[in-house]
Amino acid sequence: MTATTMSDHAQPNSPKMGLNMASALKESEGRAGLMDKLESIRQIDAAKIDIRDLSFFYGKFKALHNISMQIPDKQVTAFIGPSGCGKSTLLRIFNRIYDLYPGQNATGEVTLDGLPILSPKVDVNMLRAKIGMVFQKPTPFPMSIYDNVAFGVRLYERMSKSELDDRVEWALQRSAIWDEVKDKLKQSGSALSGGQQQRLCIARTIAVKPEVLLLDEPTSALDPISTTKIEELVHELKSDFTIAIVTHNMQQAARVSDFTAFMYLGKLIEFDHTDIIFTNPGRKETEDYITGRFG
Amino acid sequence: MKAPALNPHRTAQKMTKYQIRKIINYINLSASIMVTIFGLAMLAWILSVLFGKGFHYLDWAVFSQMTPPPGESGGLLNAIVGTVALTFLAVLIGTPIGVMAGTYLAEFGMKSKFSSVVRFINDVLLSAPSIVVGVFVYTLVVEPSGHFSGWAGAIALSILVIPVVVRTTEDMLKLVPIPMREAAAALGAPRYKVTISIVYKAALSGMITGVLLATARIMGETAPLLFTALNNQFWSVDMNQPIANMPVVIYQYALSPYEDWQNLAWAGALLITISVLLMNIIARYTLKSPTSR
Repeated sequence: MTATTMSDHAQPNSPKMGLNMASALKESEGRAGLMDKLESIRQIDAAKIDIRDLSFFYGKFKALHNISMQIPDKQVTAFIGPSGCGKSTLLRIFNRIYDLYPGQNATGEVTLDGLPILSPKVDVNMLRAKIGMVFQKPTPFPMSIYDNVAFGVRLYERMSKSELDDRVEWALQRSAIWDEVKDKLKQSGSALSGGQQQRLCIARTIAVKPEVLLLDEPTSALDPISTTKIEELVHELKSDFTIAIVTHNMQQAARVSDFTAFMYLGKLIEFDHTDIIFTNPGRKETEDYITGRFG
Repeated sequence: MKAPALNPHRTAQKMTKYQIRKIINYINLSASIMVTIFGLAMLAWILSVLFGKGFHYLDWAVFSQMTPPPGESGGLLNAIVGTVALTFLAVLIGTPIGVMAGTYLAEFGMKSKFSSVVRFINDVLLSAPSIVVGVFVYTLVVEPSGHFSGWAGAIALSILVIPVVVRTTEDMLKLVPIPMREAAAALGAPRYKVTISIVYKAALSGMITGVLLATARIMGETAPLLFTALNNQFWSVDMNQPIANMPVVIYQYALSPYEDWQNLAWAGALLITISVLLMNIIARYTLKSPTSR
């Protein structure tokens, strides 16, 4: 009997086969260990980002241990786990933002649509134009709302004023903040409330039309109403962008994501459909975390 | 089980310790207030003397007539213009150098040995006696060229401007939050763009304050000008020649036996004080962020 639970929306490339093989193997072998590991990391056919044997070092300290997984295309993948488990570290590898700090380096292989990310030959700025990131603390630039959103676009694209106006409006519309700011585009970005600032940061990030959106605890500094607005936003943005979201709020992960990865002490413990992780997790550690036995 | 009774001896000790603390607190507070009043009183005294003695002589003639020969009445026009020119040039020379050095220290040289050395030298220069700077520029510029000049004066003053600007630029740039830099980098902005378009913009009011403070500092400096720009009795805006300036004129006139000159010296001193006061007030006002105005 197939154990996969199908999510509400159709999964054209369902990894049923991988899971069946693994459970069949486990039954026949009758032991945990390697088989257990295979079973707990779901294989994805339509992967946007492919991670193989990734380890990350802060100087000599190994923060991530040999992580292998895939991020599915046009889906929301949540990373959960206790503080310090490496979820933000992992996210920050995808757009090579760790490059800003000497002494931090990554080993292994990460590819975006088959193209390598970690290689030193990669143009990091072009990579970052394809993979956008929203941080925990909203940081509007010290300029008008319009210039905030236009900043990234102006870096790489030449467009006429009217085209830029359209792009800014599109980005603000898709970030569900257009109505609130359309009359004050020339005002400073810091005059907005916290929730509005974060939506502005999201607009700024999607204005350059990246392929992937990385959200690093985007709502942890916000009030519940803004949090709800942003969660709805993530759900809508999924149709155009692959989204990876780090959150220490498990309920948020359950609400918002299609796939969930559970990490602990720098290791990837389990990765699967969100429904499975939260109702029938394969690993004991996952179950302990979900049920709150440790935080 | 009965609760243990409060030990009356210990209770009495605690009360006394508390009372002692209160007394010490009171003494310290009173001493601080008295010392503050003393300092403010000194300031008030200086200002009142300046205003008392100088205000009377601060008339329209001061702004419209040249420095007179002894015994005649006149004004301070050429000195005022000279000081404005020297200050402006000094800031023009010193600010770009200071900003670039400050940017290096804050953005690129956070941990290197070289930047610690630079920072140290800057701190030394910040408190270098200005007369030493004057003699230095005398040797460097005046001697080879054979004459005193406005350029030498401007250079000497710019050496005093640089460390102030370096310090405030570095401090203000460091205040820009790292997440803002990361957010700009995450959009794909190259390093120089992050620095110029984002970090400078965020630190702009602080950096302007630094420039204003440096300006206020050099407006009243006499010693460096004694060896470089010297003074000029006549109207001259030729920077290749000695140029009249407020501090040296005040110095010369105050020490003279002529009453006209002494009155002009008071007027000049008052004028400089008001200008420095205004500069500092403007600097404070621009440092306030737009949201708190």
